[in-house]
Amino acid sequence: MNFTVALAQIKPKLGCLGDNMSIIESAIEKGVADGADLIVFPELALTGYFLKDLVPDVALSLDAPEIQKLKELSKRISIAIGFVEVSADYRFFNSALYLEGGEILHVHRKVYLPTYGLFDEQRYLARGERFRAFDTRFGRFGILICEDMWHLSAPYILAMDNATTLICLSSSPGRGVSGTEELGSSAAWQKLTSTTAMFLNCRVLYCNRVGYEDGINFWGGSEVVAPSGQVLERSKMLEEDFLTVKVDEGALRRERIFSPMMRDENMGITLKELKRIDRENSR
Amino acid sequence: MGALSVNTALLRDILVGFVRDEVTKVGVNKGVLGLSGGIDSALVAFIAAEALGPENVYAYTMPYRTSNPESEAHAKLCADKLGINYKVIEITPMVDAYFQMIPDADNMRRGNKMARERMTILYDHSAAVGGLVLGTSNKTELLLGYGTLHGDMASALNPIGDIYKSQVWELSEAMGVPREIIEKKPSADLWAGQTDEQELGFTYREADELLFRMVDQRMSREELIAEGFDPAFIDNVHRKVQGSHFKRRLPVIAKVSNRTIDRDFRYARDWGK
Repeated sequence: MNFTVALAQIKPKLGCLGDNMSIIESAIEKGVADGADLIVFPELALTGYFLKDLVPDVALSLDAPEIQKLKELSKRISIAIGFVEVSADYRFFNSALYLEGGEILHVHRKVYLPTYGLFDEQRYLARGERFRAFDTRFGRFGILICEDMWHLSAPYILAMDNATTLICLSSSPGRGVSGTEELGSSAAWQKLTSTTAMFLNCRVLYCNRVGYEDGINFWGGSEVVAPSGQVLERSKMLEEDFLTVKVDEGALRRERIFSPMMRDENMGITLKELKRIDRENSR
Repeated sequence: MGALSVNTALLRDILVGFVRDEVTKVGVNKGVLGLSGGIDSALVAFIAAEALGPENVYAYTMPYRTSNPESEAHAKLCADKLGINYKVIEITPMVDAYFQMIPDADNMRRGNKMARERMTILYDHSAAVGGLVLGTSNKTELLLGYGTLHGDMASALNPIGDIYKSQVWELSEAMGVPREIIEKKPSADLWAGQTDEQELGFTYREADELLFRMVDQRMSREELIAEGFDPAFIDNVHRKVQGSHFKRRLPVIAKVSNRTIDRDFRYARDWGK
């Protein structure tokens, strides 16, 4: 079905759950007022990104009052949002929730935790173990958190699980200022979202944050990419922004007729070859 | 200069945003800096004026009696052009009072003392006006260790610490730093006629071309030689980078507990901001 998505390109405060809840609630009010059916927030929207030793202090279990509040709000608008999740056995995950109609429809725990360059996620966080698509009132969705999308297999699995919409929540640091028009990281991401959409005939709803943490900027540029790979609309660079975009079911249908790559994708061959590689590697 | 050349519009946005965001999030809206008359501090003044408004930028020129009068003239030119708050504070009385007790101190000790004297003045004024001290060391100086620890290297925030001198020149052009400041020879102005490049023994352009490949692109020594760099120059610069690394780190703490500051007690500085 057709729906309207809002991308809330916010600037969370590092480690301040209360302040961030207020930012999130105002964005939700704005989304409702603008007639959006779904609002997407960035990765770790509730907490900020470079948490380090703050991780356990800001982590929430799924029955926390903040999550309860989001559940309530999701009766008015569907919500995709990132936070730190603590499990019953005290592991901490970089997680994203999809809430709709007062319920949590899906929890995705980030699988690929970057631990190189300026990233240090695996030091503080536990790794998620699955990629699963799920049904929403707008069709079948898959969630990726930032680095997840840089692993081809992740969106591939979600698309094979029949997701036709991929939501990517991001806290992408801006880096690589050079002589070119674009920031290195934004240029790379824009190639990635567009190519992923095109390869998998899926729409991509990409929400990145802005602001600075210890001198590191987050570049924003949240966008809605059509299944053709065409960018429908893109938010401002480096500034808070709020984008409301109409998502057209017809465009998905037409793209899937025009380029039926996912229809023709052969899971049997893929599995057979992956199993062979696994067999050979474990010899 | 292809590889070092930067998109100045984008760089300006990021650096201006950095100063605005990182200053205001601690609950103040003012920036304090030492304006030497050289290009680095002039550029920081331009960035700060754009980020915070000229009325919220406090610049101080702190000459010693041997400082080149042209430096002060250039600092004033820059401050006037921006309309920022500006004051000259002589450091001669305090520096001379100290060295009267130690008359045999060499130029390096004197230069370091002056840099640290200026630091204490900036931090005192940061408390007086309620603002943060903005650093003015560029990436080339920081990597080469061409600065005084706890002196000119001390600051709360440094907008230009990740851009090379060549990029400082390029961004200064784009932001309208006065020509005479851009075109003059870089100098620490510790004694008459001193220039950085003479003291370092190579030009900033040469150093930048090498450092960019060595640090940013992580080229090996063999690859750098293949790029045409003189092995002796490579080794000299590498030695400077390694030898000055202590200046880029916090003091080393002897670990005895389970949670030692910065080792396993790790929080961002923007904790709760």
